[in-house]
Amino acid sequence: MAEAVTTALKKTPLHGSHVALGARMVPFGGWEMPVEYSGISAEHNAVRTAAGLFDVSHMGEVEIAGPGALDAVQYITSNDASKLQIGQIQYSGLTSREGTFVDDLLVYRLGPSHYLLVINAGNIDKDWAWISARAKEAAPGVATVNSSSRYALIAIQGPKAQQILQTQTAIDLTAIKYYWFAHGEIAAVRGTVSRTGYTGEDGFEVMIPPAMAPTVWDALLQAGRPYGLIPAGLGARDTLRLEAAMRLHGNDIDETTTVVEADLNWIVGWNKAAFLGRDVLHAQKAKGTTRVLVGFEMTERAIGRQGHPVFHNGHQVGTVTSGTQTPFLKKAIGMAYVPPALKTPGTAIEIEIRGRLATAVIVPMPFYRRPKHTT
Amino acid sequence: MSYPTDRKYTKEHEWIRVEDGIGTIGITDFAQQQLGDVVYVELPDVGASLVAGQVFGTIESVKAVSELFAPVTGEVTAVNGDLANLPGNVNSHPHETWMVKLRLAQPLDVAALIDAAAYQAVIGK
Repeated sequence: MAEAVTTALKKTPLHGSHVALGARMVPFGGWEMPVEYSGISAEHNAVRTAAGLFDVSHMGEVEIAGPGALDAVQYITSNDASKLQIGQIQYSGLTSREGTFVDDLLVYRLGPSHYLLVINAGNIDKDWAWISARAKEAAPGVATVNSSSRYALIAIQGPKAQQILQTQTAIDLTAIKYYWFAHGEIAAVRGTVSRTGYTGEDGFEVMIPPAMAPTVWDALLQAGRPYGLIPAGLGARDTLRLEAAMRLHGNDIDETTTVVEADLNWIVGWNKAAFLGRDVLHAQKAKGTTRVLVGFEMTERAIGRQGHPVFHNGHQVGTVTSGTQTPFLKKAIGMAYVPPALKTPGTAIEIEIRGRLATAVIVPMPFYRRPKHTT
Repeated sequence: MSYPTDRKYTKEHEWIRVEDGIGTIGITDFAQQQLGDVVYVELPDVGASLVAGQVFGTIESVKAVSELFAPVTGEVTAVNGDLANLPGNVNSHPHETWMVKLRLAQPLDVAALIDAAAYQAVIGK
């Protein structure tokens, strides 16, 4: 007899706001999240030309503090966290012993011996089990806390993001450099503002207590409307991050792909003594890998999507990990793993789409680079 | 949006309007809402034979790929070439934007399809 398994979807503190705004809600990583409000293309282009407001409260947070906190962070993540000053943030990998991605994450240095890791929503339980166990291998006395339910996270992204956010805070946003953060009040709510994002655009992420999230959301939405800000959902978040060639865990990187294969050597602290996956990553850097993540662009009217096989000279050589028709560039682009011999931009490949081979070409990443602003 | 009563519908969210044995086929407003921004429509060539209930094309939005099902059996007599450059017409004018026209093999096939009221009941409107 079939047994019905139903797991209640979690809701962010802004769930009611999304429903009131008419968002289409979908399950994502165990959460009920807005996939779009006015349409993915409109939201995507608003972020490229004005601003978009995203609820990313589903993201998880883990804190590591106390004696040996740096040792623990150094051991469980790929990047060199010893370079972080207080107030600084780093993109990194939560690596397995095989050098693959348990997850990817942001590491915030909150204090002399206090770090905050921002992890993917769908991985919170897995990451928490992994981090709490592995951190103690490097630093037996360290404290680890899953503080995911203590933070709501709102992202304001786009060329107008700074102007809009500045109307709601006394923090001098011009003083916050890329991948740095500051504490202060946003719409009279105590929180943390970082110059970070997942869109390839300038912008900020605002961390506040969940109970106050609707206050901050409403204030930013109202302040932003005259600048062209609109709420944006997970659909636009995905197309924006793909244009910027930011990897998505579960698509482009996962527990079967290493940091070197993902072409993310820049997030490895090559001079670090010991960290999970170190030996594999050093060996792959020295000897090479059998595959590498590349960007491609379709050269005929077709869209290569996740799971589509990649061909070269009549043989299957890889698989697409992400792909879509992007609303701003108006091209069909994507990422795929291919043998390193094929990674040179200009190399012709074919992608099998519903039984038919369509032509594509390897291109450099990112696909989109934001114009330099003189702010 | 209202659902025109000059045509029939399928539970797979296509509409078909039949005049003089030629059926004109598109997708419903409900379908385009579910898909989101349409970016690509792949259609058969003129002369292709479609079979009722079988896939005859695909429609891609930014996020998703969906299959188009033939409401009736017949031979394609025309394909809407405008969709190559203006796929967004499916979103803006779903009930005016046709995809293919076909000559019905069995004109009575269309009688088995549902009318606007029954379709609205299907989608809960």
